[in-house]
Amino acid sequence: MKKEILQYTALELAAKIKAGEVTAPEALEAVLAQIEEKEKEYHCYVTVDAEGARARAKEVQAQIEAGTLTGPFAGVPVAIKDNMNTQGILTTCSSKILGNFIPTFSAEAVKKLEEAGAVLIGKTNMDEFAMGSTTETSAYGVTKNPWNTAHVPGGSSGGSAAAVAADECFFALGSDTGGSIRQPASFCGVVGMKPTYGTVSRYGLIAYGSSLDQIGPLCKNVSDCAAVLEVIAGHDPKDSTSVEVENTRYTESLVDDVKGLKIGIPRDYFGEGLDPQVKDAVLQAAQVLRAKGAIVEEFDLSLVKYAIPCYYTIAAAEASSNLERFDGIKYGYRTKDYEGLHPMYKKSRSEGFGAEVKRRIMLGSFVLSSGYYDAYYLKALKVKALIKKAFDEAFAKYDVILGPVAPTTAPELGKSLADPIQMYLGDIYTISVNLAGLPGISVPCGKDEKGLPIGLQLIGDCFKEHTLIRAAYTYEQARGEFGTP
Amino acid sequence: MNVISDETIEYVGILAKLELSGEEKEQAKKDMGRMLDYIDQLGELDTDGVEPMSHVFKVHNVFREDVVVNGDGREDTLANAPERSGDSFVVPPTFDM
Amino acid sequence: MSKQYETVIGLEVHVELATKTKIFCGCSTQFGGEPNSHTCPVCIGMPGSLPVLNKQVLEHAIAVGLATNCDITRYSKFDRKNYFYPDNPQNYQISQLYLPICRNGYVEIETEDGKKKIGIHEIHMEEDAGKLIHDEWEDTTLVDYNRSGVPLIEIVSEPDMRSADEVIAYLEKLRMIIQYLGASDCKLQEGSMRADVNLSVREQGAEAFGTRTEMKNLNSFRAIQHAIEGERERQIDLLEEGKAVVQETRRWDDTKGCSYAMRSKEDAQDYRYFPDPDLTPIVVSEEMLAEIRGRQPEFRTEKMARYKEEYDIPDYDIQILTETKHMADLFEQTVAICGQPKKVSNWLMVETLRLLKDRNMDPEDIRFSPEHLAGLIALTDQKAINSTVAKEVFEAMFDTDVDPVQYVEEHGLKTVNDTGALKQTIEQVIAQNPQSVEDYRNGKEKAIGFLVGQTMKAMKGKADPATVNQMLKELL
Repeated sequence: MKKEILQYTALELAAKIKAGEVTAPEALEAVLAQIEEKEKEYHCYVTVDAEGARARAKEVQAQIEAGTLTGPFAGVPVAIKDNMNTQGILTTCSSKILGNFIPTFSAEAVKKLEEAGAVLIGKTNMDEFAMGSTTETSAYGVTKNPWNTAHVPGGSSGGSAAAVAADECFFALGSDTGGSIRQPASFCGVVGMKPTYGTVSRYGLIAYGSSLDQIGPLCKNVSDCAAVLEVIAGHDPKDSTSVEVENTRYTESLVDDVKGLKIGIPRDYFGEGLDPQVKDAVLQAAQVLRAKGAIVEEFDLSLVKYAIPCYYTIAAAEASSNLERFDGIKYGYRTKDYEGLHPMYKKSRSEGFGAEVKRRIMLGSFVLSSGYYDAYYLKALKVKALIKKAFDEAFAKYDVILGPVAPTTAPELGKSLADPIQMYLGDIYTISVNLAGLPGISVPCGKDEKGLPIGLQLIGDCFKEHTLIRAAYTYEQARGEFGTP
Repeated sequence: MNVISDETIEYVGILAKLELSGEEKEQAKKDMGRMLDYIDQLGELDTDGVEPMSHVFKVHNVFREDVVVNGDGREDTLANAPERSGDSFVVPPTFDM
Repeated sequence: MSKQYETVIGLEVHVELATKTKIFCGCSTQFGGEPNSHTCPVCIGMPGSLPVLNKQVLEHAIAVGLATNCDITRYSKFDRKNYFYPDNPQNYQISQLYLPICRNGYVEIETEDGKKKIGIHEIHMEEDAGKLIHDEWEDTTLVDYNRSGVPLIEIVSEPDMRSADEVIAYLEKLRMIIQYLGASDCKLQEGSMRADVNLSVREQGAEAFGTRTEMKNLNSFRAIQHAIEGERERQIDLLEEGKAVVQETRRWDDTKGCSYAMRSKEDAQDYRYFPDPDLTPIVVSEEMLAEIRGRQPEFRTEKMARYKEEYDIPDYDIQILTETKHMADLFEQTVAICGQPKKVSNWLMVETLRLLKDRNMDPEDIRFSPEHLAGLIALTDQKAINSTVAKEVFEAMFDTDVDPVQYVEEHGLKTVNDTGALKQTIEQVIAQNPQSVEDYRNGKEKAIGFLVGQTMKAMKGKADPATVNQMLKELL
């Protein structure tokens, strides 16, 4: 029975619970049993709050039966990436420096899911402070790709993606600053979506690159993603960068129709460095959409290779500032032996942060420092403007841009961290989407010869999630079953 | 080719309040140098007359009203304090207050 | 032969704005309160918290800019100023560097050589830091974030001042403007107005500026004066000895009468300013400017001119009454009810100022209403109470804003105007004091004073002394 329950998508489970065929506690026990079985191998979670979840599932079930809880995810167990505040539950950002941090409030997106009836299972593993592409910079151990445990799940939302793939939850929330939802979704064969910047409140998301961060869903299919986004999207007066979105009824766009949809494929995405199997799978997916009536065409996007240095300059700069607050005074790790204030700062931070985080903080401090601000930071902001312009021009011609999510499938564990720049190059297709604030979605479209999943990326114009969801849904319907690990 | 000096790493260490071991310093010099070389590519682009874009959408004038909505926040504020004395946080003595 | 040196002074004045809430969150700005009781995730920099701008802060900043003849920046942003210090919960302060809200203004001051314009380079909004309290016993520092996030405007002047007197005049002018706007109470001693003095010296006639130092911790006009004089001396001494002035920040100790250098080498003073991505730019429209301009009060100079025209009171009175907006408003509102500007002015200038000084209060703290003051004046006009009683009632009104009519009723203080009863009492007094009567009839005018006194005593003070005097004279 338990294993059968795990087959349901989040929406299917919600329907079953509503119909009284499954109870919230039953669904939770199925997930907890799966976690019991698989966690030691996959290590998707930093914290599993079994006790809290059980209490909540019971409470939710009572409310459902009383008719007082009718939310779209009533009773459905969810996993939350460990960089989103969850009141009363340890939130670490997979860092030692927050190893004992218990937030006193929950992130807005988490609150909305809870209002919709979701049951919080626990917090998923990630790259430390969301800086990384493999979840290997976590201070709490690596997460393994459920499709092949010798490989990474991707990052930084690797724990969330793996948990969805391994049925250790029914859906999850992740965050995406340079591809951190879409890339792990691609590596783990699940659907992952980053909404337009400002669509989902960042209040309660522990900031990495403030002008780039967005929270988004990782789910088993496009329908679940649309439904989750519908719940978590919306203006929040506590987030100044949050936008009033007119129509958040994204599930209305789960329509199987792309007739006349203009799809552009950037030639620059298909150059050197792209794995031929990935290339084939993605181009095949394009054909599927063409067969369904879309007009598919190649074009030159330009500036593609500049997106990475542009992104890293901006993200590192913002991160270096956002992470200054971790000083051992108000919360988090404080070193044991110190003499004086500045030594306390230095030791706490040096002991509490991992290598990649320190690397980016130093780079960020440098590019903002006196004498270099114009040459590096301002220059990057100008390039960002150019990249946005290039996308604006593309979307004047096309409704959706199609391409790969990553140049390869999931690399092996332990192979990526030796050469940071090589690792950064893996972000080439996802990064510019964050720079331009656009929405993007990753849908599984194939597997390589090792059986590792390949993701198809669809990029929409700002605030055009509806078009994006329709295209993704249509593709998914035509593709058929993808399978699980 | 960017060559990062010891002074630069030390300076950045002061700005970022990070202290690195001798080994870490060497690695950091290399990493930063390579990263800056990579970022120097941006110099290939002509950005004359381009406005630096810090905010991607033209959202302006987000305000709140001058109304007190928060009460006594002591408990929550101090809940995660590594060291406290009464209702205050404790830090090593500061000078030049 | 010693050289003549000119002092060049610029000021950075921080003003705490009188808003109810902090600049980026809905915590109260009320002074006092237990440590950390006015805090929330935003103003203590909890991970995941985000700032949202208090509209009132922007309006005050623009109002001050307009009143100081500044250009209002139509597209303005907040920038992060990054530095590590425990009073700064995020270890960055949200301020404005690149696009401050106001620029290129000036205020006019009176000097012995006539009017002088002191330029204002810029005015920007920023957040205040928390408070650090040194715990001597434990040799640690305690941090209280109640003040963290309190809104400030920083007014940066041009280096146009040349003496301590000009500095004081400038500060007083700024204070008057800002108080009149209701933007802040500008109390140096309480820290709602803080002045940092940038000072350099140069030989008389020289074109270039000398190296300047910055002085902090100046909590009174007196301290500012001493600090300026002291620093001028110190810098001249250095130059005369052939040494260079080091650009540094110095802390003035007014009790010791000297300054010492601050800032250890641990602080690189490289603030890495960059636009805060969590806050949106501010676009100031013509409508917003017009609205704020429309709300601007009449400032002191205009008021003084108007008072001269409208009210028949001496210039000296006008000067005192317009010193603060609160006092001026009280004056105008009371006169609007009962007329008699001179009487109103007297009550404010004499009794009110006396009690303010006595109780160590500021004009803004005056509690009584114009209605009640007018009521008191009416009672004296009607001769319902005499002047001594009036003073007593006024003091009660000053302390608790009690209705004077009510107070007089409750305490039975009405002057007895019943001539019959009065005559009876006077006749009794005459009978009881034959010696004084004798003296008076023999030409001692002063004796009547004694008899008046006795009568007042017998009447328990509830008689009109002038009437008593007259009646006594008639009866004798």
